[in-house]
Amino acid sequence: MGKELILVFIAASITNNFVLTYFLGICPLIGVSNKIESAVGLGLATTFVMTMAATVTWLIYNKILVPFDLVFLQYVTFIMVIASLVQFVEMFIRKTSPQLYRALGIFLPLITTNCAILGLTLFMVLRNYGFLESVVFGLGAGVGFTLALVLMAGIREELVFADVPEPLKGTGISLIVAGMLALAFMGFGGIISG
Amino acid sequence: MIREFTKGLWKENPIFVQVLGMCPTLAVTTRALFGFSMGMATLFVVVCSSVVVSSIRRFVPRQVRIPMFTIIIATFVTAADYFLKANFYQISKALGPYVPLIVVNCLILGRAEAFASKNGVGRAFMDALGMGAGFTCALVVLGSVRELLGAGSVFGYRLMRDGFTEWVVMILPAGAFLTLGLLVGLFNIINSKKRGAVRAG
Repeated sequence: MGKELILVFIAASITNNFVLTYFLGICPLIGVSNKIESAVGLGLATTFVMTMAATVTWLIYNKILVPFDLVFLQYVTFIMVIASLVQFVEMFIRKTSPQLYRALGIFLPLITTNCAILGLTLFMVLRNYGFLESVVFGLGAGVGFTLALVLMAGIREELVFADVPEPLKGTGISLIVAGMLALAFMGFGGIISG
Repeated sequence: MIREFTKGLWKENPIFVQVLGMCPTLAVTTRALFGFSMGMATLFVVVCSSVVVSSIRRFVPRQVRIPMFTIIIATFVTAADYFLKANFYQISKALGPYVPLIVVNCLILGRAEAFASKNGVGRAFMDALGMGAGFTCALVVLGSVRELLGAGSVFGYRLMRDGFTEWVVMILPAGAFLTLGLLVGLFNIINSKKRGAVRAG
């Protein structure tokens, strides 16, 4: 059991990194990751929301939707759960760290429309994860997201000094950098089967 | 009215200019056909939800508008998902969780919030139609390039001669990022050329 949980964690965070192999959560990757500090802040907030979302949606899906034959409501329910969690995190961060709150700005409420979180809950249902697996899966996905975001921010801080061709400035070069990162992460591919 | 439609195709193209709705864009465009199907599903959802949002815009209190919009979008996505499952099972299987993920496509919520909630039904309809069409076009272009280089065909028709070495990387995630990055660059080049021509003329 313990070994399986570790495998789920490593798969979600590294080999099947949500951002770089499933393309989930690209918007914050392109938008927010200019500074390492705000990347870490957003990453941690997202990790928290992801873990909570996995926990709560697992309970709702398996204890309410399935027994009462309401599976067709799953998208509507999941998105409402995520939206309320984000609201909660937003209130919490505003109280505890106004500085971080200002730095994240519009990207905090936008966690709701971060595909990574809804994607996580959908993958969880598709793969029939048990309760503990789901929680670990959420945590792993969050760590992987933070990792990608921070790496990207680090590269982009350096990129300021690089001589980028005019048409590629901004979005273009960010996407190409993400492509390079995805190539690098492909190298981890063998870990799980080995 | 016409301008509301055409701006989505080029000037405010959701993918190349606004960079919205990246997840499905990158994930499903390994084949041109998948890109097209995803584009059509998104077109359906953005048009329906924009029309509904626009027609109820006077009754919705400002504070709860975002959850309202999200529920409307999620409802239409459920419909689109079940339609695909019933009629095009293979495609629905290939697209996997990316169909339900249309719910969180920033493009749709973006149009609802920025345009449909402030404009009449007719204009909202044209705007959504244009955005959906621009989104579909971009997806088909991206899917065609990746399919051509990665599998030697477009929409399943073989275009490369035999013995063509397939660029496997184009089908993999890395290829998606690289192709889109370069396409955005190309889009900017064309736009700056056009601007230059206007100025010279």
